[in-house]
Amino acid sequence: MRARATPYILLAPFMLVFAAFVVYPLLRSLMLSTERTFGPSATEFVGIENFTLLLADPLFWKATRNTLVFTAGSLLIQLPLALLLAMALNRPGLRGRSLYRLVFFSPQLVGLVFSGMLASLMFEKQTGLVNRVLAGVVPFEPADLPLIGIGVPWLDFPWLEVFVMPMLILTALWLYVGFNMVYFLAALQNVDRSLVEASMLDGASRWQRFVHVTLPAIRPVGLFVVLLSIIGSVQLFELPFIIYGQTDMGGSGPDDRALTLVMYLYRQAFESGDLGYASAIGWIIAVFLFAVAAGQLLLHRRHGGAR
Amino acid sequence: MKREKRPIAWGTHAALVPLAIVVLVPIAWMVTAAFRGAEDQFGSLFLPAGDGPLGVAWDRLTLDNFRRLFAEARLGVALVNSVFLSSVSAVVATICCAAGGFALAHYRFRGRGMITLVVIGAMIIPPPLLLAPTYEMLFHLSLLDTFAGVLIPGFAPAFGVFLFRQAALQSVPRELLEAARIDGCGDVRAFFVIGLPLLRPMLGAFVLITFLMWWNNFIGPQVILQSPEKYPLAVAIAQLKGVYYQDYGLQMAATLVSVSPVMVMFLLLQREFIAGLTAGAVKG
Repeated sequence: MRARATPYILLAPFMLVFAAFVVYPLLRSLMLSTERTFGPSATEFVGIENFTLLLADPLFWKATRNTLVFTAGSLLIQLPLALLLAMALNRPGLRGRSLYRLVFFSPQLVGLVFSGMLASLMFEKQTGLVNRVLAGVVPFEPADLPLIGIGVPWLDFPWLEVFVMPMLILTALWLYVGFNMVYFLAALQNVDRSLVEASMLDGASRWQRFVHVTLPAIRPVGLFVVLLSIIGSVQLFELPFIIYGQTDMGGSGPDDRALTLVMYLYRQAFESGDLGYASAIGWIIAVFLFAVAAGQLLLHRRHGGAR
Repeated sequence: MKREKRPIAWGTHAALVPLAIVVLVPIAWMVTAAFRGAEDQFGSLFLPAGDGPLGVAWDRLTLDNFRRLFAEARLGVALVNSVFLSSVSAVVATICCAAGGFALAHYRFRGRGMITLVVIGAMIIPPPLLLAPTYEMLFHLSLLDTFAGVLIPGFAPAFGVFLFRQAALQSVPRELLEAARIDGCGDVRAFFVIGLPLLRPMLGAFVLITFLMWWNNFIGPQVILQSPEKYPLAVAIAQLKGVYYQDYGLQMAATLVSVSPVMVMFLLLQREFIAGLTAGAVKG
Protein backbone atom coordinates (compact mmCIF):
# COMPACT_ATOMS: atom_id res chain seq x y z
CA MET A 1 0.00 0.00 0.00
CA ARG A 2 1.18 3.51 -0.75
CA ALA A 3 0.24 6.35 1.50
CA ARG A 4 1.79 9.57 2.58
CA ALA A 5 1.14 10.33 6.21
CA THR A 6 -0.53 7.16 7.50
CA PRO A 7 2.55 5.00 8.25
CA TYR A 8 4.15 7.89 10.08
CA ILE A 9 1.01 8.44 12.14
CA LEU A 10 0.89 4.74 13.05
CA LEU A 11 4.60 4.67 13.90
CA ALA A 12 4.61 8.00 15.75
CA PRO A 13 3.87 6.75 19.31
CA PHE A 14 6.61 4.12 19.05
CA MET A 15 9.11 6.49 17.43
CA LEU A 16 8.60 9.23 20.00
CA VAL A 17 9.02 6.94 23.01
CA PHE A 18 11.90 5.12 21.34
CA ALA A 19 13.75 8.34 20.52
CA ALA A 20 13.27 9.76 24.01
CA PHE A 21 13.86 6.62 26.09
CA VAL A 22 16.21 4.48 23.99
CA VAL A 23 18.13 6.60 21.45
CA TYR A 24 18.72 9.57 23.73
CA PRO A 25 19.76 7.52 26.82
CA LEU A 26 21.99 5.38 24.61
CA LEU A 27 23.90 8.44 23.35
CA ARG A 28 23.85 10.04 26.78
CA SER A 29 25.31 6.91 28.40
CA LEU A 30 28.20 7.12 25.96
CA MET A 31 28.84 10.69 27.14
CA LEU A 32 28.26 9.77 30.77
CA SER A 33 30.91 7.08 30.57
CA THR A 34 33.47 9.88 30.14
CA GLU A 35 32.20 11.78 33.17
CA ARG A 36 32.29 11.45 36.91
CA THR A 37 29.00 12.40 38.58
CA PHE A 38 27.81 13.05 42.10
CA GLY A 39 24.14 12.34 41.74
CA PRO A 40 22.27 13.43 38.63
CA SER A 41 23.11 17.17 38.78
CA ALA A 42 26.87 17.50 39.30
CA THR A 43 29.19 16.15 36.62
CA GLU A 44 32.83 16.51 35.66
CA PHE A 45 34.61 15.38 32.46
CA VAL A 46 37.26 12.71 33.10
CA GLY A 47 37.90 11.25 29.62
CA ILE A 48 38.65 7.52 29.60
CA GLU A 49 39.50 7.50 33.30
CA ASN A 50 36.38 5.50 34.20
CA PHE A 51 37.57 2.65 32.00
CA THR A 52 41.17 2.71 33.27
CA LEU A 53 39.85 2.75 36.84
CA LEU A 54 37.56 -0.18 36.06
CA LEU A 55 40.44 -2.27 34.71
CA ALA A 56 42.23 -1.82 38.02
CA ASP A 57 39.11 -2.30 40.17
CA PRO A 58 39.21 -5.66 41.97
CA LEU A 59 35.46 -5.55 42.69
CA PHE A 60 34.75 -5.11 38.98
CA TRP A 61 36.82 -8.21 38.20
CA LYS A 62 35.12 -10.13 40.98
CA ALA A 63 31.72 -9.17 39.56
CA THR A 64 32.87 -10.15 36.06
CA ARG A 65 34.09 -13.53 37.28
CA ASN A 66 30.87 -14.21 39.20
CA THR A 67 28.76 -13.22 36.21
CA LEU A 68 30.71 -15.45 33.82
CA VAL A 69 30.62 -18.41 36.24
CA PHE A 70 26.86 -18.03 36.52
CA THR A 71 26.47 -17.71 32.75
CA ALA A 72 28.59 -20.78 32.02
CA GLY A 73 26.84 -22.80 34.72
CA SER A 74 23.43 -21.80 33.42
CA LEU A 75 24.24 -22.65 29.81
CA LEU A 76 26.03 -25.93 30.43
CA ILE A 77 23.52 -27.38 32.89
CA GLN A 78 20.28 -25.79 31.87
CA LEU A 79 20.19 -26.04 28.08
CA PRO A 80 21.09 -29.75 27.75
CA LEU A 81 18.51 -30.53 30.43
CA ALA A 82 15.89 -28.39 28.67
CA LEU A 83 16.57 -30.21 25.41
CA LEU A 84 16.36 -33.63 27.09
CA LEU A 85 13.03 -32.68 28.67
CA ALA A 86 11.72 -31.44 25.33
CA MET A 87 12.76 -34.67 23.62
CA ALA A 88 11.11 -36.75 26.34
CA LEU A 89 7.91 -34.73 26.01
CA ASN A 90 8.08 -34.96 22.23
CA ARG A 91 7.82 -38.78 22.27
CA PRO A 92 4.96 -39.76 19.97
CA GLY A 93 1.87 -40.73 21.92
CA LEU A 94 3.14 -39.65 25.33
CA ARG A 95 0.19 -39.28 27.69
CA GLY A 96 -0.11 -36.19 29.86
CA ARG A 97 2.18 -34.11 27.67
CA SER A 98 0.35 -30.84 28.28
CA LEU A 99 0.27 -31.48 32.03
CA TYR A 100 4.04 -32.05 32.09
CA ARG A 101 4.55 -28.93 30.00
CA LEU A 102 2.43 -26.92 32.41
CA VAL A 103 4.32 -28.25 35.45
CA PHE A 104 7.82 -27.64 34.05
CA PHE A 105 6.81 -24.20 32.80
CA SER A 106 5.08 -23.03 35.99
CA PRO A 107 8.17 -21.64 37.85
CA GLN A 108 8.50 -19.10 35.03
CA LEU A 109 5.27 -17.55 36.30
CA VAL A 110 6.77 -17.06 39.74
CA GLY A 111 9.29 -14.72 38.13
CA LEU A 112 12.77 -13.63 39.20
CA VAL A 113 11.85 -11.41 42.15
CA PHE A 114 9.43 -13.79 43.81
CA SER A 115 11.75 -16.76 43.14
CA GLY A 116 14.39 -14.77 44.97
CA MET A 117 12.07 -14.55 47.98
CA LEU A 118 11.47 -18.27 47.80
CA ALA A 119 15.14 -19.17 47.33
CA SER A 120 16.31 -17.02 50.23
CA LEU A 121 14.19 -19.11 52.60
CA MET A 122 14.57 -22.48 50.83
CA PHE A 123 18.37 -22.39 51.06
CA GLU A 124 18.62 -21.25 54.71
CA LYS A 125 20.72 -23.52 56.90
CA GLN A 126 18.73 -25.65 59.40
CA THR A 127 15.33 -24.14 58.59
CA GLY A 128 15.33 -24.19 54.77
CA LEU A 129 13.63 -26.97 52.88
CA VAL A 130 16.70 -27.90 50.79
CA ASN A 131 18.96 -28.85 53.67
CA ARG A 132 16.18 -30.55 55.61
CA VAL A 133 15.35 -32.72 52.61
CA LEU A 134 19.02 -33.45 51.91
CA ALA A 135 19.54 -34.43 55.55
CA GLY A 136 16.56 -36.77 55.44
CA VAL A 137 17.05 -38.33 52.02
CA VAL A 138 20.76 -38.41 51.17
CA PRO A 139 22.50 -41.23 53.05
CA PHE A 140 25.89 -39.48 53.33
CA GLU A 141 27.07 -36.11 54.60
CA PRO A 142 28.83 -33.44 52.50
CA ALA A 143 31.95 -34.01 54.59
CA ASP A 144 32.24 -37.39 52.87
CA LEU A 145 32.41 -35.81 49.42
CA PRO A 146 36.05 -35.32 48.42
CA LEU A 147 35.27 -32.43 46.07
CA ILE A 148 33.33 -30.35 48.56
CA GLY A 149 35.04 -31.71 51.63
CA ILE A 150 33.69 -29.39 54.26
CA GLY A 151 33.22 -30.69 57.76
CA VAL A 152 29.54 -29.93 58.23
CA PRO A 153 26.42 -32.08 58.09
CA TRP A 154 23.68 -31.37 55.53
CA LEU A 155 21.65 -29.35 58.01
CA ASP A 156 24.48 -26.83 58.27
CA PHE A 157 25.37 -26.85 54.58
CA PRO A 158 26.13 -23.18 53.83
CA TRP A 159 24.37 -22.52 50.51
CA LEU A 160 23.77 -18.82 51.15
CA GLU A 161 27.11 -18.20 52.82
CA VAL A 162 29.61 -20.21 50.75
CA PHE A 163 28.01 -22.08 47.84
CA VAL A 164 26.48 -18.95 46.40
CA MET A 165 26.95 -19.62 42.69
CA PRO A 166 25.64 -23.22 42.82
CA MET A 167 22.65 -21.87 44.75
CA LEU A 168 21.98 -19.18 42.13
CA ILE A 169 22.49 -21.60 39.25
CA LEU A 170 20.06 -24.10 40.80
CA THR A 171 17.45 -21.40 41.35
CA ALA A 172 17.79 -20.16 37.77
CA LEU A 173 17.61 -23.76 36.57
CA TRP A 174 14.30 -24.25 38.36
CA LEU A 175 13.04 -20.95 36.98
CA TYR A 176 14.07 -21.23 33.33
CA VAL A 177 14.43 -24.88 32.35
CA GLY A 178 10.75 -25.16 31.42
CA PHE A 179 10.85 -21.90 29.50
CA ASN A 180 13.74 -23.12 27.35
CA MET A 181 12.05 -26.51 27.05
CA VAL A 182 9.04 -24.83 25.41
CA TYR A 183 11.35 -23.29 22.79
CA PHE A 184 13.02 -26.65 22.11
CA LEU A 185 9.62 -28.35 21.90
CA ALA A 186 8.61 -25.87 19.19
CA ALA A 187 11.92 -26.48 17.41
CA LEU A 188 11.47 -30.26 17.50
CA GLN A 189 8.42 -29.83 15.29
CA ASN A 190 10.93 -29.02 12.52
CA VAL A 191 12.44 -32.49 12.71
CA ASP A 192 11.56 -34.36 9.53
CA ARG A 193 9.69 -37.55 10.54
CA SER A 194 10.53 -39.30 7.28
CA LEU A 195 14.23 -38.66 7.88
CA VAL A 196 13.91 -40.14 11.37
CA GLU A 197 12.17 -43.22 10.01
CA ALA A 198 14.71 -43.62 7.21
CA SER A 199 17.58 -43.43 9.68
CA MET A 200 15.89 -46.05 11.86
CA LEU A 201 15.57 -48.37 8.85
CA ASP A 202 19.24 -47.80 8.08
CA GLY A 203 20.06 -48.93 11.60
CA ALA A 204 21.41 -45.65 12.92
CA SER A 205 21.93 -45.63 16.67
CA ARG A 206 20.00 -43.21 18.90
CA TRP A 207 23.08 -41.05 19.28
CA GLN A 208 23.73 -40.97 15.52
CA ARG A 209 20.11 -40.05 14.94
CA PHE A 210 20.39 -37.25 17.50
CA VAL A 211 23.57 -35.82 15.98
CA HIS A 212 22.67 -36.14 12.29
CA VAL A 213 18.91 -35.65 12.23
CA THR A 214 17.68 -33.88 15.37
CA LEU A 215 20.50 -31.39 15.99
CA PRO A 216 20.63 -29.92 12.46
CA ALA A 217 16.86 -29.45 12.51
CA ILE A 218 16.82 -27.54 15.78
CA ARG A 219 20.03 -25.58 15.21
CA PRO A 220 18.40 -22.20 14.35
CA VAL A 221 16.18 -22.23 17.46
CA GLY A 222 19.05 -23.68 19.48
CA LEU A 223 21.32 -20.77 18.60
CA PHE A 224 18.53 -18.35 19.46
CA VAL A 225 18.01 -20.00 22.87
CA VAL A 226 21.76 -19.90 23.58
CA LEU A 227 21.82 -16.18 22.71
CA LEU A 228 18.76 -15.50 24.85
CA SER A 229 20.31 -17.40 27.79
CA ILE A 230 23.61 -15.53 27.52
CA ILE A 231 21.83 -12.16 27.34
CA GLY A 232 19.69 -13.03 30.37
CA SER A 233 22.50 -14.54 32.46
CA VAL A 234 24.97 -11.71 31.86
CA GLN A 235 22.32 -9.28 33.15
CA LEU A 236 21.62 -11.30 36.33
CA PHE A 237 20.47 -8.87 39.00
CA GLU A 238 17.14 -9.52 40.66
CA LEU A 239 17.87 -12.97 42.14
CA PRO A 240 21.01 -12.08 44.13
CA PHE A 241 19.72 -8.57 44.87
CA ILE A 242 16.57 -9.95 46.48
CA ILE A 243 18.28 -12.86 48.21
CA TYR A 244 21.02 -10.77 49.84
CA GLY A 245 19.32 -7.38 50.04
CA GLN A 246 17.95 -6.43 53.49
CA THR A 247 20.13 -9.07 55.15
CA ASP A 248 23.22 -8.85 57.33
CA MET A 249 25.23 -10.33 54.44
CA GLY A 250 26.07 -6.97 52.91
CA GLY A 251 23.75 -6.87 49.91
CA SER A 252 25.96 -9.04 47.71
CA GLY A 253 26.69 -12.00 49.94
CA PRO A 254 29.68 -12.75 52.17
CA ASP A 255 32.91 -11.67 50.51
CA ASP A 256 30.83 -10.31 47.57
CA ARG A 257 30.30 -13.86 46.32
CA ALA A 258 26.96 -12.88 44.75
CA LEU A 259 28.09 -9.57 43.25
CA THR A 260 27.20 -9.49 39.53
CA LEU A 261 28.07 -6.85 36.93
CA VAL A 262 24.60 -5.31 36.89
CA MET A 263 24.56 -5.29 40.72
CA TYR A 264 27.86 -3.43 40.67
CA LEU A 265 26.44 -1.00 38.10
CA TYR A 266 23.40 -0.45 40.33
CA ARG A 267 25.58 0.06 43.40
CA GLN A 268 27.81 2.61 41.64
CA ALA A 269 24.89 4.53 40.14
CA PHE A 270 22.36 4.57 42.94
CA GLU A 271 24.32 3.94 46.14
CA SER A 272 27.53 5.88 45.34
CA GLY A 273 25.81 8.29 42.93
CA ASP A 274 28.40 7.89 40.17
CA LEU A 275 26.29 7.60 37.01
CA GLY A 276 29.45 7.91 34.91
CA TYR A 277 31.26 4.90 36.37
CA ALA A 278 27.97 2.96 36.14
CA SER A 279 27.64 3.85 32.45
CA ALA A 280 31.17 2.62 31.83
CA ILE A 281 30.21 -0.74 33.37
CA GLY A 282 27.04 -0.70 31.24
CA TRP A 283 29.06 -0.23 28.06
CA ILE A 284 31.37 -3.10 28.92
CA ILE A 285 28.31 -5.36 29.33
CA ALA A 286 26.83 -4.02 26.09
CA VAL A 287 29.98 -4.49 24.02
CA PHE A 288 30.32 -8.05 25.30
CA LEU A 289 26.71 -8.82 24.33
CA PHE A 290 27.10 -7.16 20.90
CA ALA A 291 30.15 -9.35 20.28
CA VAL A 292 28.24 -12.49 21.30
CA ALA A 293 25.31 -11.54 19.06
CA ALA A 294 27.64 -10.85 16.12
CA GLY A 295 29.36 -14.20 16.65
CA GLN A 296 25.97 -15.93 16.68
CA LEU A 297 24.98 -14.18 13.46
CA LEU A 298 28.15 -15.43 11.77
CA LEU A 299 27.51 -18.99 12.98
CA HIS A 300 23.93 -18.73 11.74
CA ARG A 301 25.04 -17.55 8.30
CA ARG A 302 27.68 -20.26 7.97
CA HIS A 303 25.07 -22.94 8.56
CA GLY A 304 22.82 -21.76 5.77
CA GLY A 305 20.81 -19.05 7.50
CA ALA A 306 17.20 -19.21 8.57
CA ARG A 307 15.21 -22.25 7.64
CA MET B 1 -3.88 -40.35 9.34
CA LYS B 2 -4.15 -43.72 10.96
CA ARG B 3 -4.01 -43.54 14.74
CA GLU B 4 -2.31 -46.57 16.13
CA LYS B 5 -2.53 -47.45 19.78
CA ARG B 6 0.82 -47.06 21.41
CA PRO B 7 1.95 -48.65 24.66
CA ILE B 8 2.38 -46.30 27.62
CA ALA B 9 5.99 -45.12 27.77
CA TRP B 10 6.72 -46.21 31.34
CA GLY B 11 10.41 -45.38 31.10
CA THR B 12 9.74 -41.80 30.07
CA HIS B 13 7.19 -41.34 32.84
CA ALA B 14 9.60 -42.83 35.37
CA ALA B 15 12.08 -40.09 34.47
CA LEU B 16 9.58 -37.25 34.19
CA VAL B 17 7.45 -37.79 37.31
CA PRO B 18 10.29 -37.31 39.85
CA LEU B 19 11.47 -34.21 38.00
CA ALA B 20 7.94 -32.81 37.94
CA ILE B 21 7.74 -33.37 41.71
CA VAL B 22 11.06 -31.58 42.27
CA VAL B 23 9.76 -28.63 40.24
CA LEU B 24 6.49 -28.46 42.17
CA VAL B 25 7.90 -28.90 45.69
CA PRO B 26 9.09 -25.29 46.14
CA ILE B 27 5.66 -24.05 45.10
CA ALA B 28 3.98 -26.46 47.50
CA TRP B 29 6.36 -25.30 50.24
CA MET B 30 5.46 -21.68 49.57
CA VAL B 31 1.72 -22.37 49.64
CA THR B 32 1.81 -24.47 52.82
CA ALA B 33 4.16 -22.08 54.64
CA ALA B 34 1.74 -19.23 53.90
CA PHE B 35 -1.01 -21.07 55.80
CA ARG B 36 1.13 -22.29 58.72
CA GLY B 37 0.97 -20.38 61.98
CA ALA B 38 4.13 -19.09 63.66
CA GLU B 39 4.29 -22.08 66.05
CA ASP B 40 4.28 -24.59 63.15
CA GLN B 41 6.67 -22.68 60.90
CA PHE B 42 9.80 -24.68 61.70
CA GLY B 43 8.29 -27.81 63.23
CA SER B 44 6.78 -29.20 60.05
CA LEU B 45 8.08 -29.33 56.48
CA PHE B 46 4.75 -28.83 54.73
CA LEU B 47 1.52 -29.28 56.68
CA PRO B 48 1.52 -29.80 60.47
CA ALA B 49 0.96 -33.44 61.43
CA GLY B 50 -2.14 -34.25 63.46
CA ASP B 51 -5.26 -36.39 63.81
CA GLY B 52 -7.24 -34.90 60.92
CA PRO B 53 -7.86 -36.56 57.54
CA LEU B 54 -4.62 -37.61 55.79
CA GLY B 55 -2.74 -37.24 59.09
CA VAL B 56 -2.78 -33.46 58.90
CA ALA B 57 -3.86 -31.09 61.67
CA TRP B 58 -6.09 -29.04 59.37
CA ASP B 59 -7.39 -26.93 62.27
CA ARG B 60 -3.88 -25.60 62.90
CA LEU B 61 -3.80 -23.91 59.48
CA THR B 62 -4.48 -20.21 59.68
CA LEU B 63 -5.17 -17.14 57.59
CA ASP B 64 -3.33 -15.01 60.14
CA ASN B 65 -0.34 -14.42 57.83
CA PHE B 66 -2.63 -12.93 55.19
CA ARG B 67 -4.49 -10.82 57.74
CA ARG B 68 -1.23 -9.32 59.03
CA LEU B 69 0.01 -8.87 55.47
CA PHE B 70 -2.85 -6.55 54.60
CA ALA B 71 -3.41 -4.99 58.04
CA GLU B 72 0.17 -4.43 59.24
CA ALA B 73 2.40 -4.68 56.18
CA ARG B 74 -0.15 -2.90 53.95
CA LEU B 75 0.49 -5.04 50.91
CA GLY B 76 -2.96 -4.17 49.52
CA VAL B 77 -1.68 -0.84 48.20
CA ALA B 78 1.20 -2.55 46.41
CA LEU B 79 -1.21 -5.09 44.92
CA VAL B 80 -3.38 -2.29 43.52
CA ASN B 81 -0.28 -0.49 42.20
CA SER B 82 0.94 -3.64 40.45
CA VAL B 83 -2.44 -4.26 38.82
CA PHE B 84 -2.65 -0.62 37.70
CA LEU B 85 0.91 -0.33 36.36
CA SER B 86 0.87 -3.73 34.62
CA SER B 87 -2.52 -3.16 32.98
CA VAL B 88 -1.81 0.35 31.72
CA SER B 89 1.59 -0.68 30.44
CA ALA B 90 0.25 -3.83 28.72
CA VAL B 91 -2.59 -2.02 26.93
CA VAL B 92 -0.62 1.05 25.81
CA ALA B 93 2.48 -0.92 24.74
CA THR B 94 0.30 -3.33 22.75
CA ILE B 95 -1.44 -0.51 20.85
CA CYS B 96 1.84 1.31 20.10
CA CYS B 97 3.60 -1.86 18.97
CA ALA B 98 0.67 -3.15 16.90
CA ALA B 99 0.34 0.17 15.06
CA GLY B 100 4.09 0.43 14.45
CA GLY B 101 4.49 -3.20 13.39
CA PHE B 102 1.48 -2.97 11.05
CA ALA B 103 2.92 0.16 9.41
CA LEU B 104 6.31 -1.50 8.89
CA ALA B 105 4.68 -4.57 7.36
CA HIS B 106 2.11 -3.03 5.03
CA TYR B 107 3.14 0.46 3.90
CA ARG B 108 5.93 1.62 1.62
CA PHE B 109 7.45 4.86 2.82
CA ARG B 110 10.77 6.61 3.12
CA GLY B 111 12.82 5.26 5.99
CA ARG B 112 10.99 1.95 6.32
CA GLY B 113 14.11 -0.15 5.79
CA MET B 114 16.13 1.89 8.24
CA ILE B 115 13.43 1.86 10.94
CA THR B 116 13.09 -1.91 10.58
CA LEU B 117 16.85 -2.33 11.03
CA VAL B 118 16.84 -0.04 14.07
CA VAL B 119 13.97 -2.02 15.61
CA ILE B 120 15.85 -5.29 15.18
CA GLY B 121 19.15 -3.82 16.37
CA ALA B 122 17.54 -2.27 19.46
CA MET B 123 16.55 -5.70 20.77
CA ILE B 124 20.14 -6.44 21.85
CA ILE B 125 20.64 -3.21 23.83
CA PRO B 126 20.91 -4.36 27.45
CA PRO B 127 18.37 -2.38 29.53
CA PRO B 128 20.81 -1.81 32.46
CA LEU B 129 22.91 0.33 30.10
CA LEU B 130 20.02 2.79 29.85
CA LEU B 131 19.38 2.84 33.60
CA ALA B 132 21.73 5.67 34.64
CA PRO B 133 20.91 8.10 31.77
CA THR B 134 17.18 7.40 32.13
CA TYR B 135 17.39 8.16 35.84
CA GLU B 136 19.25 11.38 35.07
CA MET B 137 16.68 12.40 32.44
CA LEU B 138 13.71 11.65 34.70
CA PHE B 139 15.41 13.72 37.40
CA HIS B 140 15.66 16.72 35.05
CA LEU B 141 12.05 16.21 33.87
CA SER B 142 10.91 16.04 37.53
CA LEU B 143 9.43 12.59 36.81
CA LEU B 144 11.30 10.70 39.54
CA ASP B 145 8.91 9.08 42.02
CA THR B 146 5.95 9.32 39.62
CA PHE B 147 3.97 6.59 37.88
CA ALA B 148 4.52 8.43 34.56
CA GLY B 149 8.28 8.08 35.09
CA VAL B 150 8.15 4.29 35.45
CA LEU B 151 5.48 3.76 32.79
CA ILE B 152 6.38 5.92 29.79
CA PRO B 153 9.86 4.46 29.04
CA GLY B 154 8.22 1.03 28.68
CA PHE B 155 5.42 2.08 26.36
CA ALA B 156 7.14 1.10 23.11
CA PRO B 157 9.43 -1.93 23.38
CA ALA B 158 11.26 -2.57 20.10
CA PHE B 159 10.74 -6.34 20.29
CA GLY B 160 6.99 -5.75 20.35
CA VAL B 161 7.10 -3.76 17.12
CA PHE B 162 9.15 -6.56 15.59
CA LEU B 163 6.71 -9.27 16.74
CA PHE B 164 3.73 -7.35 15.34
CA ARG B 165 5.56 -6.71 12.07
CA GLN B 166 6.09 -10.47 11.68
CA ALA B 167 2.49 -11.22 12.68
CA ALA B 168 1.10 -8.61 10.27
CA LEU B 169 3.18 -9.96 7.37
CA GLN B 170 1.91 -13.44 8.12
CA SER B 171 -1.76 -12.97 8.91
CA VAL B 172 -2.94 -9.78 7.16
CA PRO B 173 -3.30 -10.41 3.41
CA ARG B 174 -2.18 -7.49 1.26
CA GLU B 175 -5.04 -8.04 -1.22
CA LEU B 176 -7.58 -7.40 1.51
CA LEU B 177 -6.05 -4.02 2.29
CA GLU B 178 -5.95 -3.10 -1.41
CA ALA B 179 -9.59 -4.08 -1.81
CA ALA B 180 -10.54 -1.97 1.21
CA ARG B 181 -8.70 0.99 -0.28
CA ILE B 182 -10.55 0.68 -3.57
CA ASP B 183 -13.81 0.58 -1.60
CA GLY B 184 -12.84 3.91 -0.06
CA CYS B 185 -11.62 2.78 3.36
CA GLY B 186 -9.12 5.27 4.79
CA ASP B 187 -5.62 4.06 5.72
CA VAL B 188 -5.80 4.67 9.44
CA ARG B 189 -9.28 3.17 9.45
CA ALA B 190 -7.93 0.12 7.59
CA PHE B 191 -5.60 -0.53 10.51
CA PHE B 192 -8.44 -0.48 13.03
CA VAL B 193 -11.08 -2.27 10.92
CA ILE B 194 -8.96 -4.86 9.08
CA GLY B 195 -5.54 -4.97 10.75
CA LEU B 196 -6.44 -5.21 14.42
CA PRO B 197 -9.08 -7.97 14.08
CA LEU B 198 -6.69 -10.14 12.05
CA LEU B 199 -3.90 -9.54 14.58
CA ARG B 200 -6.15 -10.64 17.44
CA PRO B 201 -4.14 -13.77 18.48
CA MET B 202 -0.93 -11.76 18.67
CA LEU B 203 -2.71 -8.93 20.52
CA GLY B 204 -3.87 -11.36 23.21
CA ALA B 205 -0.46 -12.97 23.54
CA PHE B 206 1.35 -9.65 23.69
CA VAL B 207 -0.98 -8.12 26.28
CA LEU B 208 -0.33 -11.16 28.47
CA ILE B 209 3.45 -11.23 28.20
CA THR B 210 3.73 -7.48 28.70
CA PHE B 211 1.52 -7.78 31.77
CA LEU B 212 3.69 -10.65 33.08
CA MET B 213 6.91 -8.76 32.39
CA TRP B 214 5.64 -5.67 34.17
CA TRP B 215 4.33 -7.72 37.09
CA ASN B 216 7.89 -9.01 37.60
CA ASN B 217 9.55 -5.71 36.71
CA PHE B 218 11.87 -4.71 39.53
CA ILE B 219 14.92 -2.65 38.71
CA GLY B 220 13.09 0.28 37.05
CA PRO B 221 10.50 0.86 39.80
CA GLN B 222 13.15 0.20 42.47
CA VAL B 223 15.30 3.01 41.06
CA ILE B 224 12.60 5.48 40.01
CA LEU B 225 10.00 5.23 42.79
CA GLN B 226 10.88 6.46 46.27
CA SER B 227 7.60 6.69 48.20
CA PRO B 228 6.54 3.32 49.67
CA GLU B 229 2.88 3.99 48.85
CA LYS B 230 3.79 3.92 45.13
CA TYR B 231 5.72 0.63 45.18
CA PRO B 232 4.47 -2.27 43.08
CA LEU B 233 4.51 -5.76 44.67
CA ALA B 234 8.01 -6.70 43.51
CA VAL B 235 9.58 -3.69 45.22
CA ALA B 236 7.31 -3.75 48.27
CA ILE B 237 8.07 -7.40 48.90
CA ALA B 238 11.82 -6.85 48.81
CA GLN B 239 11.38 -4.24 51.56
CA LEU B 240 9.15 -6.59 53.54
CA LYS B 241 12.03 -9.05 53.76
CA GLY B 242 14.04 -6.62 55.87
CA VAL B 243 11.23 -5.83 58.30
CA TYR B 244 9.88 -9.38 58.76
CA TYR B 245 13.22 -11.13 58.52
CA GLN B 246 12.47 -14.30 60.48
CA ASP B 247 8.78 -14.38 59.60
CA TYR B 248 8.64 -17.17 57.00
CA GLY B 249 4.84 -17.36 57.10
CA LEU B 250 4.34 -13.70 56.31
CA GLN B 251 7.01 -13.65 53.58
CA MET B 252 5.58 -16.72 51.88
CA ALA B 253 2.03 -15.37 52.16
CA ALA B 254 3.26 -12.18 50.47
CA THR B 255 4.92 -14.19 47.71
CA LEU B 256 1.80 -16.31 47.25
CA VAL B 257 -0.40 -13.21 47.00
CA SER B 258 2.05 -11.79 44.44
CA VAL B 259 2.25 -14.79 42.15
CA SER B 260 -1.33 -16.09 42.27
CA PRO B 261 -2.92 -13.48 39.96
CA VAL B 262 -0.41 -14.38 37.25
CA MET B 263 -0.82 -18.11 37.92
CA VAL B 264 -4.60 -17.88 37.58
CA MET B 265 -4.31 -15.84 34.37
CA PHE B 266 -1.92 -18.40 32.97
CA LEU B 267 -4.12 -21.38 33.80
CA LEU B 268 -7.04 -19.69 32.04
CA LEU B 269 -5.09 -18.49 29.00
CA GLN B 270 -2.26 -21.00 28.68
CA ARG B 271 -2.31 -21.16 24.89
CA GLU B 272 -2.00 -17.38 24.38
CA PHE B 273 0.77 -17.18 26.98
CA ILE B 274 2.95 -19.83 25.38
CA ALA B 275 2.29 -18.43 21.89
CA GLY B 276 3.44 -15.02 23.08
CA LEU B 277 6.52 -16.25 24.89
CA THR B 278 7.77 -18.35 21.99
CA ALA B 279 6.72 -16.06 19.14
CA GLY B 280 10.26 -14.76 18.75
CA ALA B 281 11.86 -18.15 18.23
CA VAL B 282 9.35 -19.66 15.86
CA LYS B 283 9.18 -16.71 13.52
CA GLY B 284 12.48 -14.93 14.14
